[in-house]
Amino acid sequence: MSSEAKKVNTIEAINLAIDDAMAADSNVIVLGEDVADAQEGGVIGVTKGLSTKYGTARVRSTPIAEQAILGAAIGAALAGMRPIAEIMLMNFTTVGMDMIVNHAAKLRFMSGGQTHVPMVVRTMTGAGFATGGQHSDFLESWFVHTAGMKVVIPSTPEDAYGLMLSAIDDEDPVLFIEPLPLYWNPGTITERGKRIPLGKAKVCMEGSDVTLISYGRQVFDCLAVAGKLAAEGIKAEVLDLRTVSPLDNEAIFKSVGKTGRAVVVHEAMKNCGVGAEVSSRINENLFGKLKAPVQRVTSAFCPVPFSKALEDAFIPSQASIEAAVRVTLK
Amino acid sequence: MGQQDQPDRKTLVEMYRKATLIKQNDERFRSVIKAGVLVMPYYSARGQEIIPSAVSVNLNQSDYIVTIYRGIHDSLAKGVPMKPLWAELAGRSTGTCKGKGGPMHVTHPESGVMVTTGIVGSSMPIANGLALASQLKGDGKVAVAYFGDGASNIGAFHEALNLASIWKLPVVFVCQNNGYGEHTKYELATAVANVADRAASYTMPGFTVDGNDPIAMWRVSRDAIARARSGQGPTLIEAKTFRFFGHIFGDADNYMDKADKAAAMAKDPVPAFRNWLIANNHATEADLTAMEAAIEKEIDEAVEFAKSSPFPDVAELRRDVYATEVTE
Repeated sequence: MSSEAKKVNTIEAINLAIDDAMAADSNVIVLGEDVADAQEGGVIGVTKGLSTKYGTARVRSTPIAEQAILGAAIGAALAGMRPIAEIMLMNFTTVGMDMIVNHAAKLRFMSGGQTHVPMVVRTMTGAGFATGGQHSDFLESWFVHTAGMKVVIPSTPEDAYGLMLSAIDDEDPVLFIEPLPLYWNPGTITERGKRIPLGKAKVCMEGSDVTLISYGRQVFDCLAVAGKLAAEGIKAEVLDLRTVSPLDNEAIFKSVGKTGRAVVVHEAMKNCGVGAEVSSRINENLFGKLKAPVQRVTSAFCPVPFSKALEDAFIPSQASIEAAVRVTLK
Repeated sequence: MGQQDQPDRKTLVEMYRKATLIKQNDERFRSVIKAGVLVMPYYSARGQEIIPSAVSVNLNQSDYIVTIYRGIHDSLAKGVPMKPLWAELAGRSTGTCKGKGGPMHVTHPESGVMVTTGIVGSSMPIANGLALASQLKGDGKVAVAYFGDGASNIGAFHEALNLASIWKLPVVFVCQNNGYGEHTKYELATAVANVADRAASYTMPGFTVDGNDPIAMWRVSRDAIARARSGQGPTLIEAKTFRFFGHIFGDADNYMDKADKAAAMAKDPVPAFRNWLIANNHATEADLTAMEAAIEKEIDEAVEFAKSSPFPDVAELRRDVYATEVTE
């Protein structure tokens, strides 16, 4: 592989990872709605060029039929392929839940390890595009709650590239959630083929007073808040989980063990969200070291609204993250 | 074709062996559950023995099947050995799935049994994927999806048959129409007279056959499997049959028509096949009696093997969740 640095946005980074994986292994296939070039390589163009390069046998546009897409991916994976199934939007996973939850996630266990499902389910989501209540939900908790699934949410093009390569390599089903607002962020791939392990968080900013734990788009909000607080002499550490199942306990406990304060931030809602799990793990393991109760900053407990005025208020704001940090510092 | 278009003697006897294997195992499952020796949900396929027996003699060991919770007959016909099968049903560590799947999730890739699903309608989309892998690899394997008449009314049926047709997948959809979806009679739940009529919607060959007729069932599955293997795409076979017992073992089956049931049982397909084999000089009474006795002995051994096998270690709760153990 070339070691030349390559400037990419997240769309191009994911495309490059799939391209590299397809070049290296003929068992890697892509299937989903509109993924081939005749259909413009996906609605956002993430798989653009792949069917031209690898053929429409390996990069297959499908009917709008999520159970059929996921079933085909599961069966192919059982027979030794490495399918990457695209479910266009995260809300559309709901019509394929049986395939993901009852089958992909459980077949290894239910077969006593005789079979397994090494597939990646790519999906995108995120509020902020006026797409309303059925096109922008973050539903990662549903899958984090499912034993057998791994769940990845990258925030940068570099992470998207390295995590996608690992997801394709992985012997278990991986749900790969791509935050829509981050697709056009710039980045640089410095080393082609370099994997980023699943289940490992990343310290994006070091600090000693409070830990901001997040993933996806809210990592950037946390970094902005941390930058603002730094001017006041408050040193916030920002942890990007990157994988929400399995969670990187070690990184979480190391950071919060040091700072004694934690604020968990995500776009999914609060009830039974990843923040609830992270907060519980911190309480179970670091209770005596905590200087303040763990705070959570999330979207409102309502369907994603349409009106810009409501949508802006729905998602976690930097002001609400800052306010939560100040609560821990009281 | 006439008389010539039927299996050779050896194949006929093998079909009967599979059918009586299924029947004798079913009888033993029911008796041991009744006696309290085994505790498991059991969905008897008594009365449906001929279908997978005729399909399986047309399949290779490496061909795939995906079956459903009422599918132990399909697994036995495909060749899952009795000892690990019984051990699985008894929840023992020597079971096909180390006791982690149970009767609704029997899996045995060595025999081509890739998935047994407890979800109505889910066998078809997954069989497509196995067939897709065969198509891409060019390895000539065929996938069979077994399901019931009830599953033809769920969305996954439509999605899967449409996809199989447009992609010309090497898959055969075998609907075992046993007259009831759980407790509800076929006619009350289904808008067409025959499930196979639905094949027309997918420009797929569809055949309704008497699933209890060994020769008809053998012919239709032979042709469908050959069509799949030669790249001509999928087929929908509707095998009409009758489920002798209630949905789940132990239910009172008051919802079943007593006269229908009595009529179906009077035409029990397994002894009918036996009589036909003997009457047409394909086998002797003595041969078949010896075969049945040998199976009975194997069942005795399988039951003993299951009962004397250890239960799985509780550490199995953490194993096979992921490829490598994940700390919660």
